[in-house]
Amino acid sequence: MTTMQNVRLGAYYAVHIPRPDDFAFWRERARMLVQCDVPPDRVAWTEPGSSGDLFAGGDTRLPVPDRDARPIRASKRFLSLARNAVLHSDSERFALLYRLVWRQQTQPRITEDKTDPDVRKLEELDKNVRRDSHKMHAFVRFRQVKEQDGEEHYVAWFEPDHHILRANAGFFKRRFANMRWSILTPRGTLHWDGSTMREGPPAQKGDAPQGDPAEDLWKTYYASIFNPARLKVGAMLSEMPKKYWKNLPEASLIPDLIAGAQSREAMMVAAGERAASDRPETLEAIDRAIHQCRQCPIGGLDNQAVMGEGPAGAALMIVGEQPGDQEDRAGRPFVGPAGQLLDRYIEQAGIERRSAYVTNAVKHFKFVQRGKRRLHQSPTAKEIDTCRWWLESERALVQPKIVLALGASAARGILGKTVSMAKVRGAPIPLEDGSELWVTAHPAYLLRLDGAAHEEQAALFARDLAAVKKRLAGLEA
Amino acid sequence: MPHQTILQKLEILADAAKYDASCASSGTAKKNSLGGKGMGSTEGMGICHAYAPDGRCISLLKVLLTNHCIFDCHYCINRKSSNVRRARFTPQEVADLTLSFYKRNYIEGLFLSSGIIKSSNHTMEQMVETARILREEHDFRGYIHLKTIPEADPELIRQAGLYADRLSINVELPTDAGLTRLAPDKDARQIEGAMGGTKMAIVEAKDAKKRFKHAPRFAPAGQSTQMIVGADAASDADIVGKASRLYDNFRLRRVYYSAFSPIPDASAVLPLKRPPLIREHRLYQSDWLMRFYGYQPGEIMQATGADGNLPLDIDPKLAWALKFREQFPVDVQRASKEQLLRVPGLGVKAVSRILIARRHRTLRLDDIAKLTVSLGKIRPFIVTCDWRPTLLTDRADLRRLLAPKQEQLELFAA
Ligand code: SF4
Repeated sequence: MTTMQNVRLGAYYAVHIPRPDDFAFWRERARMLVQCDVPPDRVAWTEPGSSGDLFAGGDTRLPVPDRDARPIRASKRFLSLARNAVLHSDSERFALLYRLVWRQQTQPRITEDKTDPDVRKLEELDKNVRRDSHKMHAFVRFRQVKEQDGEEHYVAWFEPDHHILRANAGFFKRRFANMRWSILTPRGTLHWDGSTMREGPPAQKGDAPQGDPAEDLWKTYYASIFNPARLKVGAMLSEMPKKYWKNLPEASLIPDLIAGAQSREAMMVAAGERAASDRPETLEAIDRAIHQCRQCPIGGLDNQAVMGEGPAGAALMIVGEQPGDQEDRAGRPFVGPAGQLLDRYIEQAGIERRSAYVTNAVKHFKFVQRGKRRLHQSPTAKEIDTCRWWLESERALVQPKIVLALGASAARGILGKTVSMAKVRGAPIPLEDGSELWVTAHPAYLLRLDGAAHEEQAALFARDLAAVKKRLAGLEA
Repeated sequence: MPHQTILQKLEILADAAKYDASCASSGTAKKNSLGGKGMGSTEGMGICHAYAPDGRCISLLKVLLTNHCIFDCHYCINRKSSNVRRARFTPQEVADLTLSFYKRNYIEGLFLSSGIIKSSNHTMEQMVETARILREEHDFRGYIHLKTIPEADPELIRQAGLYADRLSINVELPTDAGLTRLAPDKDARQIEGAMGGTKMAIVEAKDAKKRFKHAPRFAPAGQSTQMIVGADAASDADIVGKASRLYDNFRLRRVYYSAFSPIPDASAVLPLKRPPLIREHRLYQSDWLMRFYGYQPGEIMQATGADGNLPLDIDPKLAWALKFREQFPVDVQRASKEQLLRVPGLGVKAVSRILIARRHRTLRLDDIAKLTVSLGKIRPFIVTCDWRPTLLTDRADLRRLLAPKQEQLELFAA
């Protein structure tokens, strides 16, 4: 009985592929089978480790084509896709490829038809394998080990999805030709000693070294090169899916970097939350920094920052709301009408202005332009809170015993919350560092009043200042 | 300055480099380390070895040699008047870092730029020296990108090009007025002069290579530049116009756009808000349309709105199609490749698939669905044997129908 008769009788064949990535072997067998007219549903393709032989009873002796059997045709494109698709871990791949070779004998251009399910499957396999190879080129991370002979050896652990290891050996050889390296995977291992490539059996993660001195540098680099103002986690994940993370040393940083980026953004909104270690260390540094500050929109107006002034160790710190038009022009606090009024009152109370540190809750002048005039605008609570960072930095350096807040905005600048003037006026509020806060009206408020109302408020203001003076004297004594 | 460790310097000098948008490591001459003494290969396509949480790929060690600078450009975090922490690498230190990262397969090579210290020439010399150590002492065959200093001596730029795969010079800002205002120490004519010089050198080296096999290579991956978007008032039309002039005049490989991002300790002349990242994305899309889809710069400008900016809610290709509805629908069975490339939602790949498939069969809407990613966007603009969008392209609300839902936009732009 000839083999051709076998076929006609409808025999089944099983082809065992010796190595899961053996394209040449598959090609040779496929050619013979097509030449013997064995239709795809009569062939089972198995590879090492594949489960169950459905065709156990099949005639494994393959038919041999006649010498003059017609040549088999397959498009160039098909061959290049097939060479890659063979590396896929899909157990159906050999059958799919055989089916496509079979079909090409009667439909020579079938592989150009992207709407055909077999062709689409082939392309999908090819695409997955190419992606896996690409990720291997990218995500293999070598770790250095010193061998007994003192030579450096670079060892990587990688977990490919498909049988791509051998196919990609050349890439690593060309790149690291003069290095000694090994790539360990659960599917097999590669070892290059600078002149020859050796293949080895599958390895386990524990066989690879666990760390490398350069890893700290690499992680530092990874953390520093990323711009927290541009968080795009989705874009990162689509290129570096989580399944690869476990073998990338830098990936352990990602959760913190993402969380940190959000808080770094938030910090720009609420500067008060900045780390204490970032605080400027001198009043001059604060002065310089507030001129650059744009943490809130006021800094972007056409103005300059106004720094507080007075002796660094002053026992009294007087805080106003914000510089006005004249202060902004002069670059000094409390030089306009309200400042002159303040000077008069504190002199009356027996306080020397020169001995106090005078500053504002907000460092830039907020205004709207009306023709040539710049009209004062009250800062919002958020702006005051943002600028608080600077006020606190000043306070930390001046270390006053008493802080006198002029008006509700100034009080908010110290306390971080709004208090009712009626409730807090006239009595000290203890602050965390042991100093105390006194709150009174802003002198600009007095300027807006007249008649009886003015008399009443002026008296209250004088009373508050007198109380502060008395307390100061008591503290100094 | 107290003694800094390599780790501390790296932290500062990589951080200072993070505002640079260019990172690509592709398109250079093929090299490998077989038969050499060192290591490294380039195989056409560059490899992204990691991705940062900002979605950008990391393929190169991107650092500054130093972030000290004698210039005072407002948009730059390293400007003289900024009080950032400063650090300085030696050329040897950068070369060592590059090699040690490369050996572990972390990177494709080095992208080195620098603040200007002492003088432009001195700085450029240090950068060239770094590349020299890598190439000559270590026979390094990976990728090197040097950001040249426009004011440096042309001879130094020539040396840089002999070691580097790619050279770049930042144009910084799309308009001369913006440059004058924000980078008072820089000069547009000098920057473009340097680009012209680099272009000449590249062209000459290519010619020589054709005639003499052993002629030295000069920046085989060409030159690129970067423009900051959103730091001045320049519109997208200005930017696209500038980019296309640069492409034409200097045969650039790429123009990178970097959305101005708020920098710590920012200068007061900068705008308060960063431009939406999506604007940068739209500019890259339009760049793509010009490079791969045959759009003329003028056509991109036609897609901008009254303010000269590209719409943010839809991509520039769709914006163009909505303005030139009379060009649609196109018949997928008969239309030319050029016409198909203009269909919103049809990419280069999909078009070539359609061209092949239609030789074999008459295409139905179903077939198109299989060949493309999403049919919804394409449908109003095509005709198949079983589909004709009659009045769709005339519908006044077509834009609303096709624009992605607002929430998506917000997410992306965040
Ligand atoms: S007002 Fe304060 S927070 Fe706002 S920009 Fe000026 S200094 Fe910064």
